[in-house]
Amino acid sequence: MPGSPIHPVSNQTNREQGSYMEVISAHGLEKRFPDLTAVDQISFAVEEKEIFGFLGPNGAGKTTTMKMIHCVSPKTGGILSVFGMDVNKDARKIKERLGIVPQENNLDPDFSAFQNLTIYGRYFGIPRRDAETKAEELLAFMQLSEKRDVLIEKLSGGMKRRLIIARALINDPQLLILDEPTIGLDPQARHLIWEKLRHLKAEGCTQVMTTHYLDEAERLCDRLVIMDHGKILVEGSPEKLVREYAGSEIIETTPTPEAISCLEAADISYDIFGDLLQVQTATPQAIAHTLMESCRHTTVTVRRATLEDVFLKLTGRTLRE
Amino acid sequence: MGYFGLTEISRGSLAVWRRNFDAFIRTYKVNFIPPFVEPVLYLLALGYGVGALIEDVNGIPYPVFIAPALVSISVMYSAFFECTYSSYVRMYYQKTFDAIIATPLSIEDIVTGEILWGATRGTIYAGLMIPVLFLFGVIDLPISLLLIPCAIPAGILFASIGICFTAITPSIDSLNYPAFLFITPMFLFSGTFFPISILPESLQYFAFGLLPLANVVSLNRAITAAEFSPLILYNIIWIIGVAAIFFVIGLNLMRRRLII
Repeated sequence: MPGSPIHPVSNQTNREQGSYMEVISAHGLEKRFPDLTAVDQISFAVEEKEIFGFLGPNGAGKTTTMKMIHCVSPKTGGILSVFGMDVNKDARKIKERLGIVPQENNLDPDFSAFQNLTIYGRYFGIPRRDAETKAEELLAFMQLSEKRDVLIEKLSGGMKRRLIIARALINDPQLLILDEPTIGLDPQARHLIWEKLRHLKAEGCTQVMTTHYLDEAERLCDRLVIMDHGKILVEGSPEKLVREYAGSEIIETTPTPEAISCLEAADISYDIFGDLLQVQTATPQAIAHTLMESCRHTTVTVRRATLEDVFLKLTGRTLRE
Repeated sequence: MGYFGLTEISRGSLAVWRRNFDAFIRTYKVNFIPPFVEPVLYLLALGYGVGALIEDVNGIPYPVFIAPALVSISVMYSAFFECTYSSYVRMYYQKTFDAIIATPLSIEDIVTGEILWGATRGTIYAGLMIPVLFLFGVIDLPISLLLIPCAIPAGILFASIGICFTAITPSIDSLNYPAFLFITPMFLFSGTFFPISILPESLQYFAFGLLPLANVVSLNRAITAAEFSPLILYNIIWIIGVAAIFFVIGLNLMRRRLII
């Protein structure tokens, strides 16, 4: 296995020096089932060395898109190429260069942490010695060396997740696909994983991730798309999306009749979600002042707008499942 | 994708085989009990218990008559159950197949590895039973060592049939249907504990035409008795041919189940 994870990745898009190459490119990509269109003609491009996020409510088509990228679910329409190769034709060659972190933990319960890595290496045809050396390195990298010989069932949720990431790195992948990498983890474990993913990015490993944690997407992703009902709603960097769709600040208060009449009198637009009243604004002091002084409203919170505001604005607040 | 998926099989299937072998070795103590205990129990209860009431079968002492059948049954059970319940657990509960499919291996590699492993387990069991049966004096060496190579195609046959059921079963409980309605009747009526020749002629054709175990028992009994007739040529061709058919069917049923 090559020592450095960075290699030229595309034979189709040889652009001028200095520009990034497309690791994944999708045009009109589609996945239809008999009773459902899971992914509806989406187009996107993931560039080398970036972290690209897929956000969206459950059932938006994120995981299906991931599965098409790593060649286990055949597309039913459109074009999808990874490393410049067609996913339908060159699945083996593409998969040799991918690392997959699935949503569900599918570590092998019959083996120890160390054996999980070496046996996985065998599926890539990595010689035993090389796989063993790499496995020790990866256990150290994910801070699991102490659990080397422990069976999977004895590991905590966070350790299993870290081990899955270690397993995905056994073949020095050029592209890492992470489906909900920190699902169900405590803050310590999440921060450790974030640190490792940033480290991998610095080493040149391109990453594609799905997540429900919008703070995670905001921290890690260079660019992201928000999907819903199989379509891409928006695309851009987290900062750009927040700026465009949620303004810079959010004021929150309780929707009392006084507050509402006060805002309407001042001609300020607002939204009410259950027991929460929100105002999007670039001038929070003025509005907070109006609410507190003119309306004698006591509990007013001013906070920075986040990706979560963008997400809820675009995909609505209705529960999906 | 051509040729019923056969072109999608690579050397990677051996890595799947090896994964199952490693898991088997890790718990070898419990895995090695059946091939040692089963023949002893069957020989004592049927061979010497029931056998005490029977003078002989066509001039052969009863325990000697059933000995090759015991090996055949063990190959059938170990290969079939490995590729039904155990494969289903790996596929559905442990998500092992999902993990492997994310590597360069194909679904065809996984299915091939599972079938080869099921056959290997059957062959290991056949090999382990031979010394036990020899100690009881019911088989002769070295001729009976031929039971080991014969266990390989027989194992592939039962493993492939097992994979077909695994590919179509809606749940692990439904695997009880082939186990009780197909495997158990075969266990009793394939010339195992009484010769097929005492059945009506039509049933004899039925057994040799349609029952995998009947053909395996016939072949194995010819080996332990060192009596070779044209029938064993038929048995060998039948076992290899039907194994190949079910292998291809299993491969394609699994593709249909797993590629979504």
